[in-house]
Amino acid sequence: MAEARLFLEKRSYRRRRIMDAVRMLPFLCTVLWMLVPTMWPTGTDGAAVTPLSTALWYVFVIWALAITASFALWRRVHRKEGGTETGTGLSDT
Amino acid sequence: MTKHVVLVEDEANIAEAIRFLLGREGWRVETLANGHNAAGVIRAAKPDLVILDVMLPGKTGFEILAELRSDASLAGMPVLMLTARGQARDREMALKAGVSRFMTKPFANEEMMSAVRELTAGRVS
Amino acid sequence: MVSLNHLIVVCLVYVAGLFVVAFLAERAALRGRGSWLLRSPLVYTLSLSIYCTAWTFYGAVGYAARSGLEYVTIYLGPSLVMIGWWWILRRLVRIGRAQRVTSVADLISSRYGKSNLLAVMVTIMAVVGVTPYIALQLQSVTVSVSIFATPDLGAAQGEELNQNAAFWVAAGLAIFTLLFGTRNLNANERHHGVVIAVAVEAVVKLVALLAVGAFVVWGVAGGVPQILARIDASPISDWNTGGGRWTAITFLSAAALLCLPRMFQVMVVENDDERHLQIASWAFPLYLMAMSLFVVPIAVIGLELMPEGANPDLFVLTVPLSLGQNGLAMLAFLGGFSSATSMVIVATLALSTMMSNHIVMPLWLKLSDVGAQQSGDVRTVVIRARRLSIMLIIALGYFYYRASGGSGALAAIGLISFGGVAQFLPSLMGGIFWRGATRTGAVAGLSIGFIIWMYTMLLPSFGPDAALSAAVFDNGLFGMAWLRPQALFGLSGLDPTVHAVWWSLSINALVFFVVSIFSFPTPLERLQGAQFVNVFDHSSGPAHGWAASQGRTEDLMIMSQRILGADEAQAFFAAQALKQGLVAEPPAPTPEFVQALERELAASVGAATANAMIGQIIGGQVISVQDLMAVADESAQILEYSSQLETKSRQLSETAQELGHANEKLMQLSLQKDNFLSQISHELRTPMTSIRSFSEILRDMEGLTPAEKTRYASIIHSETIRLTRLLDDLLDLSVLENGQVSLNAQRVNLYDVIEQAVTTAQASSARQLEIRRKASAEEVMVYTDSDRLAQVFINIVSNAAKYCDALVPVLDITVWREEANVVIAFRDNGSGVPVEGQNLVFEKFARLGNGDADGAGLGLAICREIITRLGGQISYVPDGGGARFEVRLKDLQFDDETKLNFAV
Repeated sequence: MAEARLFLEKRSYRRRRIMDAVRMLPFLCTVLWMLVPTMWPTGTDGAAVTPLSTALWYVFVIWALAITASFALWRRVHRKEGGTETGTGLSDT
Repeated sequence: MTKHVVLVEDEANIAEAIRFLLGREGWRVETLANGHNAAGVIRAAKPDLVILDVMLPGKTGFEILAELRSDASLAGMPVLMLTARGQARDREMALKAGVSRFMTKPFANEEMMSAVRELTAGRVS
Repeated sequence: MVSLNHLIVVCLVYVAGLFVVAFLAERAALRGRGSWLLRSPLVYTLSLSIYCTAWTFYGAVGYAARSGLEYVTIYLGPSLVMIGWWWILRRLVRIGRAQRVTSVADLISSRYGKSNLLAVMVTIMAVVGVTPYIALQLQSVTVSVSIFATPDLGAAQGEELNQNAAFWVAAGLAIFTLLFGTRNLNANERHHGVVIAVAVEAVVKLVALLAVGAFVVWGVAGGVPQILARIDASPISDWNTGGGRWTAITFLSAAALLCLPRMFQVMVVENDDERHLQIASWAFPLYLMAMSLFVVPIAVIGLELMPEGANPDLFVLTVPLSLGQNGLAMLAFLGGFSSATSMVIVATLALSTMMSNHIVMPLWLKLSDVGAQQSGDVRTVVIRARRLSIMLIIALGYFYYRASGGSGALAAIGLISFGGVAQFLPSLMGGIFWRGATRTGAVAGLSIGFIIWMYTMLLPSFGPDAALSAAVFDNGLFGMAWLRPQALFGLSGLDPTVHAVWWSLSINALVFFVVSIFSFPTPLERLQGAQFVNVFDHSSGPAHGWAASQGRTEDLMIMSQRILGADEAQAFFAAQALKQGLVAEPPAPTPEFVQALERELAASVGAATANAMIGQIIGGQVISVQDLMAVADESAQILEYSSQLETKSRQLSETAQELGHANEKLMQLSLQKDNFLSQISHELRTPMTSIRSFSEILRDMEGLTPAEKTRYASIIHSETIRLTRLLDDLLDLSVLENGQVSLNAQRVNLYDVIEQAVTTAQASSARQLEIRRKASAEEVMVYTDSDRLAQVFINIVSNAAKYCDALVPVLDITVWREEANVVIAFRDNGSGVPVEGQNLVFEKFARLGNGDADGAGLGLAICREIITRLGGQISYVPDGGGARFEVRLKDLQFDDETKLNFAV
């Protein structure tokens, strides 16, 4: 039973912040993937049309970054677990 | 003046024994075989003593006692209660309900008579 | 050119290879080996790749050739869900494991109070939504075969070959799924063979697509900058994706990842370890990115190289073929083949589980009317049901393919399918995040969403005048313009897909929410809701097993903390653990502990509430333990849904009722027992009072007259007799009860016994009682102890004389034969025994009425003992009127040979 203690030791403080990042990442990706492309000029209002190669670059670079970030976070959490079976930190809320 | 007792007892043989014992000492014994109207009779007769059995057809001795004790005009009337069940609980209930004396059946005749005498000592002479 | 025979040989070798791999995996799993691979996160991630079907393999290129970058949304949605695993997938997987969920239908139905209606609805919707998708896979295989075959054969023969190819592919897939999908008896067991085959196919399709892509980029275009230049120069270059479509399809594909039955199967049901999910959170987006990386280049080169009107859905095959890269084309073909087959296998597996568990089995149980007790039977039936379902689903897909004639762009069917299953989303998400979600809400939301999807997406997809008439398209249903399938509520000008997704999902969600708010869940729904929404409170961490007792204590702990406050609860639990001799461990949920806790809680919330709360947790756990046992027996869901739960709750309430009755009787009996001494004291003391008093009179009093002496002596005498009789009764009863009585059994005429009893009873009775009899009916021979029987009758008759409160008391004695018995009924015309006394009339000292009659109340108790000894029954039969006693004896005429075995 994890009580809500006011101050945590550094290790578990870090772990919680990593989990915060894990939770935030999908929202960041959603904004970048779902919202940004919808604001690109389509050529109807006279602005230059976004070329497909640029769009490709954009989507795939974000994809790669998201994967890298997700991978890095997994590594951090994984290492913090240190092979012990307890305190995965995954069920902390 | 004749001493007057109302005896409420459904067992005919016991009633007869008590009637015999009290009669020999000069009591006028009025016997009721059930509890239905006992309180009314007693209120009307205002006897010097009431002897009540507990297990009665109609009304229990406790109910009759409660009726008597709720009537201010009958305050101080001595009530002797007899029971064949002989449980401590009955005794407590009876004392709480304001009984004057509580006796367990079977009783010794002498015991009964001295109780009657004690209960009526101040009232009838 | 690759010859058709060549292709078929390669295909068969590949398929044989898959069978071997699957078989080896199954065997290794059976022997407990190879878990480093079978249970690895790599295989888990690869198995997720069944998301990428032939639609994505071939269709994505076609999609890109038509609509540019938009195809990528199909991959972005799932990537988002995977990267956001912490929010939804983690919860789904935990619930799936904790609740032993077997399919998405099972999850939804289980969440909403194990509702079979919901399970059936979701199953049907899934079948409707996925069947076209399966047909699509078959189509993709036959179309790709035809690419190779057409040069060899004429068009007519090619067509025939197509049909044959579809049939053989369907048959082969059915066999594979039957072999490896129903091998395990336990639905919750991992299908290792299937999963490993799917993983192998995942690698093949990825490698194939990457190879074609690399060839196109470096072999054809000459490098990355060159291909980018050609992309910008191509007709699909301009960014013209409407924002609505982009967002809607991303959302739709994200929803589909969660709702597709096959995805649920590999993601949740086949999940072995929650930690794999976090690895998949980056590994699966990586796979998806690799799958989509070369789609645009292939599309662009295809558009450049291939003649006008060539099917862009087949660029993956036709581009290498046209450039003479036969080996590459073959690899691409195997990639597409893998995509199609792996999807069909897993989708069929998932759908068949749903179908057999929620439709076939309940129907079978209902029709056969067999209790699910014989587990052997059920197992066979489950396997059969599942096999039947597999064949049915593949057949459905095949016939859909035949009927539709392989029309339509691949991507369109895929999106429609996504739209269909996405209707599960509100109920699914509401179910795992919101405790207020109710079954009624889910049913309403699902129904309306499904109907709107059918109307705006599925039916219009067949084109005007196919499923919906052109008039409906233009003027709306029943001529109502606001009911136009592609402009509902006047919302015209939207892309049809966006329009359908928007309306179906938003109305679905709204109805689900509103109906949930205004309906009230059943207790089971609330329990399940709490367990789903609070799954992380209820289940232990991913690395721990969930020992039943531990889980139970934890649940109790969580609950008590909420009520008592954390400190007090912990102190209480620690004290209880200490009491149990446990150090640094939670207390075991022993009855004592639970009772103590209940009392503790009752202090805060009242006894009834505390009892209900504890009952919920303990009771819930009981169901779960049963659940686990049942799951081990394969038929968990069926047992639960169709009979066990109902029976269980019925049994429970029956038991509770019986317990209540027993308790009531015990209370009465104990009260009686309590009164026993008091009673017996009274019965003994009363005669003794007279005896003592008169004997003292005789002893002490002087001058008694002789008459008085005689009278008092006779009183003493009669009271002594009364005393003796009472003691006799008591002894009689005691002897009878201890079975030490010897009975003098002989053949007697019932008439004589009744006659004797009536005479005796009438003689001793003070009151006049009219007795009505019918002599002819009483002429029955019985083998019994006539004195004892007469004793019983005397007792009943005297009771009637004593207690019958009619002005003119009448007793009817009737005798009749009933089966092997002679029944003697005594019925008086009084008011009978009061209801509250009827259970007690045969108990000792249970005097009828309130004591205005003599007798110690032992008579009927003795009667009962006697009749029992005589091998009969005596009962009080309330019949609205007076008191009615019935005595049942063996009828010798019925069975003359019967010699009653009297207990001695």
